[in-house]
Amino acid sequence: MSTASSVEPTRRDFLFIATGATAAVGAASIAWPLISQMNPDASTLALASTEVDIGALAVGSILTVKWRGKPVFVRHRTKKEIDEAQAVQVATLPDPQTDASRVKKPEWLVVIGVCTHLGCVPLGHQGEYDGWFCPCHGSVYDTSGRIRQGPAPRNLDVPAYEFVSDTKLKIG
Amino acid sequence: MSGPSTYVPKSALGRWFESRLPIMGLIHSSFVSYPTPKNLNYFWTFGGILSLMLGVQIITGIVLVMHYTPHVDHAFASVEQIMRDVNWGWFLRYTHANGASMFFIAVYIHMLRGLYYGSYKAPREVLWILGVIIYLLMMATGFMGYVLPWGQMSFWGATVITNLFSAIPLIGESITTWLWGGYSVDNPTLNRFFSLHYLLPFMIAGVVILHVWALHVVGQNNPTGVEVKNVERDTLPFTPYATTKDGFAMSVFLIFFAWFIFYVPNFLGHPDNYVEANPLVTPAHIVPEWYYLPFYAILRAVPDKLGGVIAMFSAILVLVFLPWLDTSRVRSANYRPVYKMFFWAFVVACIGLGYLGAQPPEGIYVIASRLLAVYYFGFFLVVMPLLGLFETPKPLPASIADSVLGKGAHASQASAQG
Repeated sequence: MSTASSVEPTRRDFLFIATGATAAVGAASIAWPLISQMNPDASTLALASTEVDIGALAVGSILTVKWRGKPVFVRHRTKKEIDEAQAVQVATLPDPQTDASRVKKPEWLVVIGVCTHLGCVPLGHQGEYDGWFCPCHGSVYDTSGRIRQGPAPRNLDVPAYEFVSDTKLKIG
Repeated sequence: MSGPSTYVPKSALGRWFESRLPIMGLIHSSFVSYPTPKNLNYFWTFGGILSLMLGVQIITGIVLVMHYTPHVDHAFASVEQIMRDVNWGWFLRYTHANGASMFFIAVYIHMLRGLYYGSYKAPREVLWILGVIIYLLMMATGFMGYVLPWGQMSFWGATVITNLFSAIPLIGESITTWLWGGYSVDNPTLNRFFSLHYLLPFMIAGVVILHVWALHVVGQNNPTGVEVKNVERDTLPFTPYATTKDGFAMSVFLIFFAWFIFYVPNFLGHPDNYVEANPLVTPAHIVPEWYYLPFYAILRAVPDKLGGVIAMFSAILVLVFLPWLDTSRVRSANYRPVYKMFFWAFVVACIGLGYLGAQPPEGIYVIASRLLAVYYFGFFLVVMPLLGLFETPKPLPASIADSVLGKGAHASQASAQG
């Protein structure tokens, strides 16, 4: 295009830009459904909460519940485990959180059983801190589900939950 | 290198067709009259072997799909049905599963050939980068294919690899959810992996065409790294010379392949993948397929999630920059005595990383992984740029013909080639 015609925009310039803009918007609006279809749909998002009976869970044992396709650990902690979790110097942790901020009742720890590194399910009552040990890449969690050693960046996530009664737990 | 086609159709029908669609002339100039350096050794047959393997995988894959069901409730059982009930199903599946391993064995030899003889150097940069793209597509295809039988290794491999993306700051979790189509690896994930596993081989075939096209524009490298100077003296026509040599190498490779299919079909697999996927239990020791192990070792060598993921992807992406990292004027390691030592140390480091990738991530294994990972990157980022400046190469032969006729060493005075 010559410099002369750029002084005064012509009708052809207008059509050129309008066509380009329409094509860009059109391409984006077609790409959107093609990308969005891969996200979870409403039926997946609406997955209901799970109720668990924890009355029979002995002190010291861990119950694994499936929630949203993932394992959730419900751990009935012993006195020793609670004391160990509370005695830690919070400032020294990779992801500092107090034990009190991770539980609603000290004897019950509820965490999502997915290692925050690459998603494996850690093994209970293993590792140096007797919390969990991830066999995939060696992350070690304590009895509060906090990361202590290894490549995982965060503590085990705590899902939304509430105690419906003394023996009933509602996750989600 | 390839001039205008000299193809002359013999029949009247051939001439009529050729003047309308000159495809026979294209095939003739690409695979019959195409001049190949006369000193190519058997390492140059792996391109043909790789084409053969792509064909084997596509054909066996298409027929396996006729019996496979991509659903979390049926996938595992349908694979067992292929193994036990479908006529010749065991043969087709073992061929496809071992074929993936053979494909990677061949591609690693092919890549190391290029690395040794400097085949990535100018003017073959685009050819090399297209090869890296094919390799990336192969890795994606192999990974998704391994998920389809829906065994324990399938499931947990998929979980770990898709979780790599969760290391990306801010948007990582959303990307992972998007990849999964849910909150974990589940039926939507299996379905999309199946779809893409069917698509990607055809994309590979497309890039292979570009790869061969780029190869035929710049011409093949050869063991001396000296460019063809005289087509008459330095080259032979592709057919029958290269065709026959490729055919023989393919036959030998197929014997090797057949030994795996018929005698040790599960040697390269993992017994845990004969246990159906269970989202609540991770196997005590999960490992990827052998061909990913060196990169897996690099991932685990870094004690930080994002850092490990970046290191692992960088280990592959560094290959793209290889043509510009190597500063040597000489291509072939045959004439680079120091580079040759670093090259073989690199091969040993890769095998070492492969071994370490299969070991538990603790103690001495982690330390060894770190040392070898440092060498892996050091080879590309330090050795390659510096060696070209400090190394004194041996004298190159004046031409390919001279090297074949044994006049290499004294025929030239270090006429180094770019």
